[in-house]
Amino acid sequence: MATIVELPIESFEGIVDPDWCPGCGDFAVLKSVKMGATKAGVSPKDMVIVSGIGCSSNLPGYVHAYGVHSLHGRAVAVATGIKLANTDLKVVITGGDGDGYGIGIAHFIHAMRRNLDLTYVVMDNQIYGLTTGQASPTTMKDHRTKSTPNGNVEFPINPIALALVSGATFVARAFSGEPNHMADLIAAGIQHKGFALIDTFSPCVTYNKVNTYQYFKKRCYRLEDEKGYDSANVAQATERSHEWGDRIPIGLFYKSEQPTYESSEPVLRKGPVVRQSMKIDKGVFQGLITELM
Amino acid sequence: MNDVTIGIGGAAGDGIDKSSETLAKTAARSGLHAYGFNSYQSVIRGGHIWLRLRLAENKVSSQGDHLNALIALNQDSIERHAPEVESGGAILFNADKLKVNIPIRDNVLTVPLPVAQLLKPFAPVAPVMQNTVAVGALIFLFGLDFDTTSGVLADTFGHKGKAVIDQNVGILKAGFEYAKEHFVPLGYQWKFSGKRRPYVTGNEAFSIGAVAAGCRFYSAYPMTPASGILTWMAEHSERCGVVVKQMEDELAVANVAIGAGYAGARAMCATSGGGFALMTEAIGMAGMIEAPVVFIEVQRGGPSTGIPTKQEQADLNQVYGASAGDFPRIIIAPYDTADCFDSSVEAFNLAEKYQCPVIIISDLLLSEHPETVEPERFKADVPIDRGALIKEVNGKNGHYKRYQFTPSGISPRALPGTANAMYIAPTDEHDEEGILISDVFCNPAVRRKIAEKRMKKLALALKDLPAPRLEGPADAEVTLIGWGSTAGVIREAVEQLNASGTRANQLHFKYLLPFHQKEAIDILKKCKRTICVEMNSTGQFARHLRAETSHAVSEKILKYDGEPLEPGAIAAQVRAILKGQTHSLDVSESEAREIAYHYVRVRLGDEVRPGKIGKAESNGYGEPIWKVEIVNRETGAKTGELHVGIQTGSTYSWQPAN
Repeated sequence: MATIVELPIESFEGIVDPDWCPGCGDFAVLKSVKMGATKAGVSPKDMVIVSGIGCSSNLPGYVHAYGVHSLHGRAVAVATGIKLANTDLKVVITGGDGDGYGIGIAHFIHAMRRNLDLTYVVMDNQIYGLTTGQASPTTMKDHRTKSTPNGNVEFPINPIALALVSGATFVARAFSGEPNHMADLIAAGIQHKGFALIDTFSPCVTYNKVNTYQYFKKRCYRLEDEKGYDSANVAQATERSHEWGDRIPIGLFYKSEQPTYESSEPVLRKGPVVRQSMKIDKGVFQGLITELM
Repeated sequence: MNDVTIGIGGAAGDGIDKSSETLAKTAARSGLHAYGFNSYQSVIRGGHIWLRLRLAENKVSSQGDHLNALIALNQDSIERHAPEVESGGAILFNADKLKVNIPIRDNVLTVPLPVAQLLKPFAPVAPVMQNTVAVGALIFLFGLDFDTTSGVLADTFGHKGKAVIDQNVGILKAGFEYAKEHFVPLGYQWKFSGKRRPYVTGNEAFSIGAVAAGCRFYSAYPMTPASGILTWMAEHSERCGVVVKQMEDELAVANVAIGAGYAGARAMCATSGGGFALMTEAIGMAGMIEAPVVFIEVQRGGPSTGIPTKQEQADLNQVYGASAGDFPRIIIAPYDTADCFDSSVEAFNLAEKYQCPVIIISDLLLSEHPETVEPERFKADVPIDRGALIKEVNGKNGHYKRYQFTPSGISPRALPGTANAMYIAPTDEHDEEGILISDVFCNPAVRRKIAEKRMKKLALALKDLPAPRLEGPADAEVTLIGWGSTAGVIREAVEQLNASGTRANQLHFKYLLPFHQKEAIDILKKCKRTICVEMNSTGQFARHLRAETSHAVSEKILKYDGEPLEPGAIAAQVRAILKGQTHSLDVSESEAREIAYHYVRVRLGDEVRPGKIGKAESNGYGEPIWKVEIVNRETGAKTGELHVGIQTGSTYSWQPAN
């Protein structure tokens, strides 16, 4: 195990200040991402933060690291390409529930079954905030929003359960009201070899008057405080993933060590492709032509 | 010059491709040229597959206008194609199952092969081995070299062991010897130069060009006719050091490629029209964040799902218009198979030099048809120009400006992992450092300068691209204009026109964006009469040419029935235009037969086929009609009559005979 050199959190301080609403849950996530990166011993030059579009997807702009502020729903795909091109980089994806669980859900599911070494932090506020308050894929049933004035008739996506069936090897949930806990989970997710999901309750103080800080403060409990809870047991994790009511679990639901996609890809065994010579071997090239004769 | 076209007709699953490849490689190893085109259907078994293979001593650039031999693997193929075989040619078929039951031309040799008897010594063998018997007979009749063909078979089946090779060569010999015993050769005296040439498809040439150019990442979602690139890349991934990733959809395909390109790997992806439609938003992102990526759009018949296994050039508007907003993109339309290799190499260099998406627009014909290419056209040692790439940045954050405003518009690129160069690549509008100007800092002046910076790169890129040239006599009566894959067939049409006394020349476009406006205008203003030849129904390139040059072409020759252009048909249409004849959109007699075939297949079944066809004027349908007799395949007895509108093509009625 390599020694972790923790850089001060200031080394991740971006030059632009966030333009989120005062009190937004994303502030805590931003701080936790920086703290998580320092705890995991990542240096800014080797970190790429990839986001989609939405309030929370502005996050990379506030961190001093490499970043791609990509298209709505496509962050996971862009991050996949970055990681496959340069496996030395630590790639963290940040975005919202609409971005990841709505328009980008196909990439989310497939990235998990691929088990690429990516860390995905979803700021789940159960609403479309930047477009001023429409229902999102995680908006609760009967919730009245601008696009569901008579109450949402659909059931919300359950990201934790979905991650478990899709083969994610690190599945966790955090809450902006508990930033240190969140930072620990993000650090663990970055250090985990494989796909890590950290779904965060990051309340929208402007457009979601149901799922507020108070709502979660009353309900959230930590799985690690539960006697007998085993995060290596997928059946227990699945059971807890469906718990939603007076008690809502946060913390590490599930973790499993599985071969990563990168370790199974023969081309990457020689190291990142960005470091390999671009010239083709003459003998190999001649072979490509000869086989067509 | 000897120039022979062999047709192989049958159903999907009959092994037509393999037989054609055996013949083509025989020719290619002997020093002849080969060009194949397989007109296939979107089915894995059944349907009508019609493959034409042209063999010649000189380079040929299309499947041609002729048919000199037919290998018929089912009765349908005899009925449809036996009458097309020209005098001096031959029709080969399995006499156990098939017969020539329709009139054929004079001096055409029928070669009924007793396949069961010839295969008996090798039993048990798969039915597909009938093809090898026919190939053996054909190489005898056409004077090709037996040992060369057996060498091809030995290589093809090398991985299956000696017993399989011996069986194949034995069956080939049985066909060859049978023909030798019963027929005289057709009198071809080939000049075999002995030069061995690869027999290559455009998709293979794109792939080989990519790996020569240092492509390190390829992503795709399977889609005909681009899938050949995916399968080639997957097969050669480890050998060539390319990460090949099949993704969940084309949205992902484009976005992973952009991620890989941003991170510093030479990245490429390919698809057809429908998949490209899904990629379009990402292409705008590549333009905005200035990530180098190569996209290949292999057109097939559209719109929508369209005709997936057929030829068309109707995605030009889509490629020009892909994604919102103005951003620099380079569009290259390769003109032949060897040029696919060059275009791949060029696309990677342009993408990195100008930090923008480069789109190669190919089509089914170019990507999928194989032809012989001079081996020296494929070079391992190609130029690799990575553009302005900085390895090291000294100083503190804020000193490196990823999108620095420069006179050329090109801002030196630092890859993630470089110390002191951290920046955000944003799809929102941004300043020199990548800081957003879309939200709180919106600023019209910065917006104007960054937009100009990006677009400036195209003016510079244009200087890297060779301008179009007029080929053929300068004082020609007519100039044929085209773009992309049709260069060869138009060249052959121009040669036919000049040979028959119509002075014609050719103006062909490979670089569609940026566009050589000045050079094109200089050429066009000297042309007496221009005809744009393209494979779509609206003349998409003619419209673009007019936008770029103000030149309105005199006429258009448009083909959109799914089958490739043929040189003789283009030449005939040019002559008709020069005579002042208007092009008729009426259903021709042969098209009426095709429409009847469609009706037969859907409604009547395999027992019948179209027979005699005649015109009828007054009939109550409001237009003249074709009366197509439908006859029994075995007896030839009339079973009914089908009425097809000559103007509309409507199948009006089916009247069974009593």
